This record gives sequence, C-alpha cells and structure tokens, in this order.
Amino acid sequence: MSSVTTLTTPTPSPDTTTPKPPSRAPRQTWRRALRRDWQLYSLAILPLLFFLIFRYLPMLGNVIAFRRFQPGGNIFGEYWVGLRYFKMFLNDPTFWNVFTNTLVLGALTLLFCFPLPIVLALLLNEVRARKLKRLVQSVSYLPHFLSIVIVAAIVMQLLSMDGTVNQLVRAGGGEAIPFLQRPEWFRTIYVSSEVWQTVGWGTILYLAALTTIDDDLYEAARIDGANRWRQTWHVTLPGIRPTMVTLLILNIGTFMAVGFEKILLLYNPLTYPTADVLSTYLFRMGFQSSNFSYAAAIGLFEAVIGLILVVSANLIARRTVGTSLW
Amino acid sequence: MVTVDTAERPAETANRPRRRGIQETRGYRVFRVVNGIVLTLVVMVTLYPFVNIVARSLSDEAYIIAGQVNLVPRGFTLDTYQLLMSDPLFWTNYRNTVFYTVTATVISIVMTTCYAYVLSKKQLKGRGALVGIAVFTMFFTGGLIPNYVLVTSLGLKNSVWAIALPNAINVFNLLVMKAFFESLPTELEEAAAVDGLNTYGILLRIVLPLSKAIVATMVLFYAVAFWNSWFAAFLYMDRQELWPVTVYLRNLIAGATGAENVGAITEANEVQAEATLKAVTIVLTTLPILLVYPFVQRYFVRGIMLGAVKG
Repeated sequence: MSSVTTLTTPTPSPDTTTPKPPSRAPRQTWRRALRRDWQLYSLAILPLLFFLIFRYLPMLGNVIAFRRFQPGGNIFGEYWVGLRYFKMFLNDPTFWNVFTNTLVLGALTLLFCFPLPIVLALLLNEVRARKLKRLVQSVSYLPHFLSIVIVAAIVMQLLSMDGTVNQLVRAGGGEAIPFLQRPEWFRTIYVSSEVWQTVGWGTILYLAALTTIDDDLYEAARIDGANRWRQTWHVTLPGIRPTMVTLLILNIGTFMAVGFEKILLLYNPLTYPTADVLSTYLFRMGFQSSNFSYAAAIGLFEAVIGLILVVSANLIARRTVGTSLW
Repeated sequence: MVTVDTAERPAETANRPRRRGIQETRGYRVFRVVNGIVLTLVVMVTLYPFVNIVARSLSDEAYIIAGQVNLVPRGFTLDTYQLLMSDPLFWTNYRNTVFYTVTATVISIVMTTCYAYVLSKKQLKGRGALVGIAVFTMFFTGGLIPNYVLVTSLGLKNSVWAIALPNAINVFNLLVMKAFFESLPTELEEAAAVDGLNTYGILLRIVLPLSKAIVATMVLFYAVAFWNSWFAAFLYMDRQELWPVTVYLRNLIAGATGAENVGAITEANEVQAEATLKAVTIVLTTLPILLVYPFVQRYFVRGIMLGAVKG
C-alpha cells in the first residue's frame, strides 16, 4: 500500500538526497494528469469518500480497543488504557472457548464447502444429457439467492419437533430430538445448511475453468493409455488448479468471520458451548453488555488474524504453485 | 463446430467435442448411471426444503403439530395466508423492503459505475493506488463495533441511509464492472473525445449504452443483496414500522419482539397457527426472488464469470 501515499500527497517531498530529475518528474506529471484528467478524478471523489468514511475510518475507530469508550461520547474514546482489554479477554475462559469454536467451525466449513463444489462440478462435467445438467445447475444455484433469515427459518422448520427430520427419527423408532437445543448437533446443522446453500453456486467458476481445458491434452492422455479416472487426475484437476487455489485463498480469508449472521440466527444460550464464535461473542459483549471497548478489542484480534491468514495463504500459494491473488 | 460423422467418431462424440473416449468401458457406463442418480438426489435434496415449507404453509396447524406434513399439504387451507396478509405491520415492512432495496441499489449503481469507470482507465495516474484502496477492504475491515459507533454518531440510525451508505460499494461487483469496462474498445471513446465530448458525456452517452448488460447484472447483484439483508436494519432500526420484512421474519422465528403482534392477530382470529404462520411468512418473503429467478439466473452466472476473468 505504499502507493497510497503517492496519491494522497501529490507533491513529493523536497529533494534532499537525490537531486535527480526523477524526483521532479512526478510533480509535473501529477499536475499534468490533474489538468488533463480532472473530470475522471472528480468521478472518483464520492466513491473515495465512501471508502474513507465507511471503510477506513472504522479501521481507525478500532483505537477504542485501547481506550476507555463511553457510548454517546467521542467515537475515538476518552482516554488511553493500553492493552487492558486485550489482557482482559486473554484471561477470559469464555473467550478461549469461543476462539476454539471459531477455529472448529471455520475448519469444518473449509473442509466441506471448499472441496464439494469441485466434486459436483466434476460430476456435472461428465453429464451428457444437457437438460439434466441445466436442471441440476439451475436448482442447485437457487439457495444462494435466499436471505440468511430465510435459510435459518427453513432450518428451524425442518428440525422442529414436528419437522421432517424428526418424522424420520420417529419412523426409525427413535425419540424426537430438539436438535437446535443440543450443543452436540450444532456443528452438523451449521455445516450442512452451509453446504446446502453454497455448493451449487460454488461450481460456477469450476465449470467455467473446465471448458477452457484443451481437448488435445485429453487426446494425448488417452493415447498414452490413461483411462477416465487417470485423465481426470492428470488433466482435469491440474487444469482447474488456478481456480482451486484462488478460491481456497478467498475461503481462508473468510475463515475467522465464520457465518456470523447465520449463527446469530440459529444459536441460543443452550447451544453456546459449541455455537458461540468470536463475532457473536463480541456482538453480545457490545450490544447486550454495552462493553464496546472490550468487544472492539476482540473484533480487532479477529480481523488481524484474518488478515494474517489470507496474506500467508497467498504467499504460500505463490511460492508453491505460482498462483496468487496479488 | 461442424458435425463430422466418421467411423472413429460416433455422432454423439462429434456433437460434444469435449468427450474424450471412443469406446466406453463397462466401468464408465456404471459410473454414468451412478452419477445420474447422485445428481438427481442433489436436485431432490436441494428442492425438498422449499416443497416442505410450501406444504406447511398450506396445511392445517393440527397436522403440522402431529408431524404429518412433508411433501403435500394436509388439511388444505388458505386461512393462514389471509391471517398474515391482514397484519398491517407485515405490509408496512414489505413496503420498507422495497423502498430500501430501490434506494440502496440506485446509490450503489451510481457509485460503483463511477469508480469502476475511473479504475478501468489504464493510463490514469494513481490508478494502482485507487484500486488498492478498494481491494484492501476486501481483506481487512474495521469490524462491527467501530462501524456501529460511526453510523450512530453520524446520526444515520432509523433512516434508509444506515442501510444504503455503509454498503454502497461491493468490491467484488466493482472489480466485475471494471473488468467489463476494460474489455470495451477504446476507439469509440477516443472518437467521441475528438468530437468534443467531455468525460461525463463519454460515460453517459457512449459507455453506458454499451454496458446495459453489465449494469443489469449489477442491479440484480445489489438488489438481491439489499432485499435479503437484515442485519443492518436489525441493528439500526429501533421502531418496528421501519423494519424490512426480513427483520419481521427474524422476529417471528426468534419468537422475540414479533410475538406480541402475532399474538394480537392470532387472538383476533381465534386461531393458533404459529408454525403455519412462520411457513407462510417464509413463502411470501421468498416469492419475489423465486418468481424472477428463472429469468435472471443467466445474468448472475455471466456476471460472476466476468469477475472471475480478472478476479
């Protein structure tokens, strides 16, 4: 982000060490660029204001994690308290439980929601009946367009005492289970509803990547005696690897923020032991206990870990397979 | 591709040039049958919850409580639909959803189009920084609490601005649109500039008419997102007459604040219909999306593919 400074301070610092033309050139080109393209720059003003006010200002707003904050007072807090709130949550047993839950749910989501679209895309790719293929695509994309509230409501209906799942349980001779009140069921419920909503839509990019694989590669593999399975393994999968890596990095980027809204809708005090994650915990700390600084400290912790994860994933991907986001 | 029917290439293979084998092994034939079954199951599992909800919404409450409603409505009745539709709050909230969606989408489209157009100008000085400012926010955000403090202190609470402004630009959509503008031929714009049109004129009269498809896709992306959103309203709208319908549904399923309204209407009609009522609300909230989905699906797919090119 070093280039940001070039933008916000168009006049370069006075020449001290290198009195060479390059340091004079930027000022002239900036002046010329502004004169020539001022209309273009003017189009960027409102969007830039949006980013500064609603994206970067809240980042600065995180200073309240280090300061005493009073609701209704200064948005940047009243006075410094140092790392007090960080020490507080590091010594908070609930925090560690919530942190573990976040990692477990994040890992489970990644484990199922990342590979399943690839499998479905490969299966779809083998379908010859175009109508079936189109039907599967249209139907499986549909849940992606539903509000999370609706998904949560549907989950609740299916899992209610009189819902379909419990009808099956009873038909199998069991006792109806109040699934949403049982902590041991929460992870299963969360991950399966996530799979239901995202897997179909997740195939799109893979299907697009599959069409770009050169037919000659399959031809060559076949001449070398590769059967279908080996063709898939040696031609198809390497062909969609850049897409896989890109999506994996993006998935890792959302790892820490695991389905905040959905958990907020599905969990209840009975399922907190497995369902409560960092984002929902800080939500309650902030809005139910009005402890904004404490909540902001947890939020900042979560965001920083998220950033570290995505940056390292990107770095590893660039080093090992040569594909990366930036 | 012309269909060439030769001895080595069965017609089927020629029609679909991507098929690789000439002769099919027995194992592959078995695989294809299994594959067909698996995919049919995927369709059924995906659709079942929808069918179930519709069946519940049309059933008599007694059958639902007895756990007897699956695919077909039992004790068919439209009473619950009438019951819900007679709740003025439901209609107020529905109108709010429409109003919020339209307002927020218009703002988002204008902002995204302007910025994407600027970013698509490769020769523009400072372009890299302008892109970086946007992309960085995809991976690092201020977080819930600072955002809440900001929106509250700006006095945006209880207004449409609390929903529209903090989400005015979606960076993914921005990159999709930028990729589209970059793919447009530059000659037309250059010619227009020679003819004396300024930047605003070029954008409005030359670029936008060429970009109807992508603007339509963006409208869909934003409109669906705002139609579905609930959390911003849940956080910032203190009065129930300001809620969108998603928050109405949320309170119904959470059995929280909405309960007293539901209680009021159920009492008035002397029916106890909680489970059915939830199902009806789900159906009526989802309906608009289900109705337009078949017609707009391909725009979504096209949009996400375009974004993937440059992702």
